[in-house]
Amino acid sequence: MKFLADIGSYFIMLGKVFSRPTKASVLWDLILKEIDELIINSLGIVVFISFFVGGVVAIQTALNIDNPFIPRYLVGFATRQSVILEFAPTFISIIMAGKMGSFITSSIGSMRVTEQIDALEVMGINPLNYLVFPKIVALQLYPFVIAVAMFLGILGGWAAAVYGGFNTSDEFIQGVQEDFTPFHVTYAFIKTMVFAFILATVPSWQGFFMKGGALEVGKASTKSFVWTSVLLIITNYIITFMLLS
Amino acid sequence: MIRVENIHKSFGEEHVLKGITTTFDKGKTNLIIGQSGSGKTVFLKCLLGLFDPEEGQIFYGEKSILDMDDDEKRDLREHMGMVFQGGALFDSMTVEENVMFPLRMFTKKRKEEMLHRVNEVLERVNLTNANKKYPSEISGGMQKRVAIARAIVNNPRFLFCDEPNSGLDPKTAILIDNLIQEITKEYDITTVINTHDMNSVMEIGEKIVFLQKGNLAWQGDNTQIFKTDNKDVTDFVYSSDLFKKIRDIQLKEI
Repeated sequence: MKFLADIGSYFIMLGKVFSRPTKASVLWDLILKEIDELIINSLGIVVFISFFVGGVVAIQTALNIDNPFIPRYLVGFATRQSVILEFAPTFISIIMAGKMGSFITSSIGSMRVTEQIDALEVMGINPLNYLVFPKIVALQLYPFVIAVAMFLGILGGWAAAVYGGFNTSDEFIQGVQEDFTPFHVTYAFIKTMVFAFILATVPSWQGFFMKGGALEVGKASTKSFVWTSVLLIITNYIITFMLLS
Repeated sequence: MIRVENIHKSFGEEHVLKGITTTFDKGKTNLIIGQSGSGKTVFLKCLLGLFDPEEGQIFYGEKSILDMDDDEKRDLREHMGMVFQGGALFDSMTVEENVMFPLRMFTKKRKEEMLHRVNEVLERVNLTNANKKYPSEISGGMQKRVAIARAIVNNPRFLFCDEPNSGLDPKTAILIDNLIQEITKEYDITTVINTHDMNSVMEIGEKIVFLQKGNLAWQGDNTQIFKTDNKDVTDFVYSSDLFKKIRDIQLKEI
């Protein structure tokens, strides 16, 4: 019953996010601030993780190819497929559920605890539109983060394969270009957009409706990560089933 | 003026407000007092429209806030100022940005005009040279003054304060009380203060509403409260020896 009530409150929240808009000039400033906090501030960790995980994918693939009939360029091919199809959109999104999601939940939750949300409401401002809508708009740039992750993942794979002595540069690049299906990139960006919406709204929902004090803000952040990750995994399965099977 | 008629509010099985009827007059500092758990905060949140009572009406002028649609409520709230117990300042904004916030949201003033008004109200609450500081960088008393400045910057018709001097030293508390009373007179607004500070009751209680267990147990002003023989009120207000002595002296003088 509680589960159904939670789902209901999430959709009611979504309805309110898109009603009674905040003044345009204020909204624009908020969007720019969210782009800085959510997108730009996430790039460092995304760059770091993407490069090294791409490298690990390439090394693991190379180490597991012991059949001489399997071409060496498969390392590049496997790295590209892994990075574009799953690693960049899904794995990075789960990391972002931790980084971005807990930031969103704790910042909104702290505002709830310190009555800042009540203050907005008393002033006649729609707090959900003021707090959540700019995050949804800012995360429309999330595919850019994922594109960076895709590029650096493959670059990391290339560096690990070439400098680790598993492939020549030409072999790896041949693998990256081999049997390329442009729709796979489209598929990755479609799910990235859905993930972006989940990343903006689920942690906001957890923060906005939390009750209690500082301890509960921490608990809400943890709960937010669990809910967001579970939703990302389920949505990933559904979208993959619908678009690729 | 705010007119409250027979409001009831429950949370589940708990009946918090049990039929409160009163009025809060314009140009006066109206105080809601009572023990912790008596329903003061719930009452204040009902007045603000943050909670909807199950029964009764709260009239702002001729129309009840409970019969207003979202647009009407938003219009009304543009004329409300609220000082929260903890200040509720936006911690990502400087003092200046906090005070400017209602102006940015609800007016079409140019930035210079807004800054002029911000400086004017900050000066009014005796807070200068803190414009560029963040709330975490100023004291509790200063935070309260910033909250008051933010509440009055847009010339509200109604000012609500929830425990405005809690956590402050007695001297700063009196300064805040006096400031609120002066502003109420100066701007001729309806001020409602939720407090259990007896100094506030004595100093600025032009109308006092005493709540007990969700009921309105007594109402009057700070001169009548000395004379009342309502046991609930006297037990609460004169719970300390100091106030008992003050009462005895006052009664002798009367």
